[in-house]
Amino acid sequence: MTLSHYLLLSGLLFAIGLAGVIVRRNIIIIFMCLELMLNAGNLALVAFSRFNLSGQGAAAQPNYNGQMLVFLIITVAAAEVAVGLAIIVALFRSRQTIHVDDLNSLQG
Amino acid sequence: MPEPLFLFFALLTLIFGIGVVVNRNPVASGLCLVVSFIGLAAIYVSLNAYFLGVIQVLVYAGAVMVLFLFIIMLLDIKAETRRKFNKTAVIGGGAVTLGFLVLLANVLSSFKAGDKRLPAIGADKAEASDVVEIGNLLFTNYTFHLQIVGVLLLVATVGVVVLSRREDRVATPPQ
Repeated sequence: MTLSHYLLLSGLLFAIGLAGVIVRRNIIIIFMCLELMLNAGNLALVAFSRFNLSGQGAAAQPNYNGQMLVFLIITVAAAEVAVGLAIIVALFRSRQTIHVDDLNSLQG
Repeated sequence: MPEPLFLFFALLTLIFGIGVVVNRNPVASGLCLVVSFIGLAAIYVSLNAYFLGVIQVLVYAGAVMVLFLFIIMLLDIKAETRRKFNKTAVIGGGAVTLGFLVLLANVLSSFKAGDKRLPAIGADKAEASDVVEIGNLLFTNYTFHLQIVGVLLLVATVGVVVLSRREDRVATPPQ
């Protein structure tokens, strides 16, 4: 397996998430696609951490700084999901819809 | 990890990722997302990131997806499945995604370091646990970041409680 394989997988996953965010009108699905894009970024970070070893010879090991970053991203993403879903629930309470085409009060 | 396994889990991740986008039913989309995340966790394991693979399953496929499904059940989804796809959005989304894919192909074909094979981990570190390594880094170099993340989680928890409180239930001051 080469680094390009993993980067290609990461890029395709990101493209799927991007397409979902633009095409879908359901705000929960949009949120799921955002998570998909976040995970694509994480995959690229893990792949780079594995392919650029730190240390030489027998002491060579994955670069754990990259994995630390992924760990922090997963933590922040969990907090983001909690807050985002709370906002969606509050939105649904006041507007009775989760369809983004119906949320046009800022459209002028 | 041998090539067939990588191919299997990569396809699993991508196909169920597409399933998230094309499914009309939000519950089906959520379940597709779980399978996609589990495939991604297997890819992490193939990159010797065992700890992150476990975290991926526990946090994403577990906690985050339970939250998603819980919210979907809380909201009314019947009205959403009747809606038609917005033609402008489909065309625009297709164009933007196609542009992104062309860009991706360009970058990857000119990225020389991408041809690198999976390098072997040194004999001394082959048996080392990545939980130990990440834990060491977390409590030495990244202590400050860890504390910031702790504060962030606290703020998120308080924020969620404030956001989901009902407006009409105003606390009456004690007489």
